[in-house]
Amino acid sequence: MNTTTAPKRIKVITGNAAAAIAAKLARPDVVAAYPITPQTEVIEQISTFHASGEMDCELITVEGENSAMNAVMAASLAGGRVFTASSSWGLVFMYDAVLAVAGARAPVVMVNVNRETPGIIAVSSGQQDMISTRDAGWIFLIAEDCQEVLDLVLQAYRLAEDYDIQLPVMVHYDGFFLSYLSEGVDIPEQETVDRFLSVLKDQPKRTVLTPGRKLGVGSHGILGGYMELRHKHVTAMERSKAKFEEIDREFDGIFGRTYGGQVEEYRTDDADMVLVGSGSMCGTIKSVIDDQREKGVRIGLVKIRMYRPFPHQALVAALKGKKAIGVVDRSLAFGFDGGPIYTELKAFETRLDGAQLISFIDGIANTDITKTNVEKMIRMTGDLADGKDVPEVTWVSYPDANTKGEK
Amino acid sequence: MMSEVRFHGRGGQGVVTTSKILANAFARTGQYGASFPMFGFERRGAPVTAFGRFSDKPVREKTQIYNPNILVVLDPSQKKAANVFDGLLPGGMMLLNDKKNTDDVRHENLRKLAVVDANGIAMAEIGLPIPNTVVVGAFAKMSGLLDIAPVLEALADYFSGKKLAANEICAKRGFDEVRIVDL
Repeated sequence: MNTTTAPKRIKVITGNAAAAIAAKLARPDVVAAYPITPQTEVIEQISTFHASGEMDCELITVEGENSAMNAVMAASLAGGRVFTASSSWGLVFMYDAVLAVAGARAPVVMVNVNRETPGIIAVSSGQQDMISTRDAGWIFLIAEDCQEVLDLVLQAYRLAEDYDIQLPVMVHYDGFFLSYLSEGVDIPEQETVDRFLSVLKDQPKRTVLTPGRKLGVGSHGILGGYMELRHKHVTAMERSKAKFEEIDREFDGIFGRTYGGQVEEYRTDDADMVLVGSGSMCGTIKSVIDDQREKGVRIGLVKIRMYRPFPHQALVAALKGKKAIGVVDRSLAFGFDGGPIYTELKAFETRLDGAQLISFIDGIANTDITKTNVEKMIRMTGDLADGKDVPEVTWVSYPDANTKGEK
Repeated sequence: MMSEVRFHGRGGQGVVTTSKILANAFARTGQYGASFPMFGFERRGAPVTAFGRFSDKPVREKTQIYNPNILVVLDPSQKKAANVFDGLLPGGMMLLNDKKNTDDVRHENLRKLAVVDANGIAMAEIGLPIPNTVVVGAFAKMSGLLDIAPVLEALADYFSGKKLAANEICAKRGFDEVRIVDL
């Protein structure tokens, strides 16, 4: 991230507070949400803004997540700007409505504070909730730090409500490591945010539910209609890639911060080896890369910021011609030899001009992706680049997975 | 130069707020601060650990701290717990909330010990045994990394009215009354 022109209004706040403040700055008409660890603070803050009159929206304190998503879907389809927030089991409990929102092409914006979701109920960080909903038909964006949480929520509205896109957007950030992280965030002025979002008012008006007027949404004809709607969904998703890049550039012009669009490249220009990661781990990876660079190790990072649609063109462009690539997953994909993002990237291996790929699984169930772990990943990726025999998948914090052949 | 601080306490003592106020105070001096706690469900009385990184350069690491150079112990019952000293770097310092003039807390890497009766001061000033704002004042004095002024300014982001005034006194008393011993 480059900070160039923005004046400093630094406040030390958490990732959750950054999400709530961004929602406030976007001036939604309706917020409906239900609290869940580690997202609760988002709702607390929004409730405080609402109670003090700072936030002029309809705040619906529902009895559960399913109602939250249904409420914002209805409000969105009626033409309102909406916001909600959830995590893990909350996302599971609203899942049918999550799908319905996507099917109806309702431009809902929400944050999902990443938390583990397996049946062994864990109150701990992990991206399994994101992975398990990856093809629900939403655009997925992932933040690395508190500033990026705020910035991505604002950008999400530009993406969701764009006339050419009209898709729901979920901004993901790591529970615990980011939701509770307090750090300096440049909070923009309301008028600057208003200016950034004002272009949405100048576009053609989308079709909305109107009292007294008949309109069906999220429904289809008997035969061809379904295919047509699904294909249009796919093409809108694909269009969102270039749109997100455009929004990032425009954001830079107004706020003085750019992240690079679908992916952020960190010291990749002359790198032989690259780690691919997403979310809060990327900050730690960058700090280790700086240390390793001083020792002459030519390592870089490609950070996935847009995960759905999968940014394969941007990833191939960034990774092509490297010797070895280590992909770090904070979640699992069953039946594959490697994590979910690794598996997806593997589909584009033949376009990488001979770059080899390995998978690292780490950071699930709150295990910490430590600097030591990142150093180990870089060492193994280096071994792969040197033609040594390296296992395809390594559970970095769980050596038994790699040695014992555990059953 | 980055300081890595680990905070040990229990839910309800304001461990998380301690680490937040310090990050806030550092940001006010043009430096950088980042802090976060680690716990499962929020509940009073359960052990809570928090981490703080304070630096003249932006802090990007988002991991727990395994090799702190500063320890802050808000819960006196944990002062001799083995895990409190885990990974302490040589030349390390420790700030302890304890009413006793503790001289039995020692570790081979501990070079500076600071003790403050934060619970006692908090009881006197705010009527509650919540030691956090005394501790932030004492931290400024012990570490030498902060003046008391940015700490007092930071408090205004977390308290208002009478509570703010009482907590300002707590922080000042922490700064003035902490006893520092070089080991």
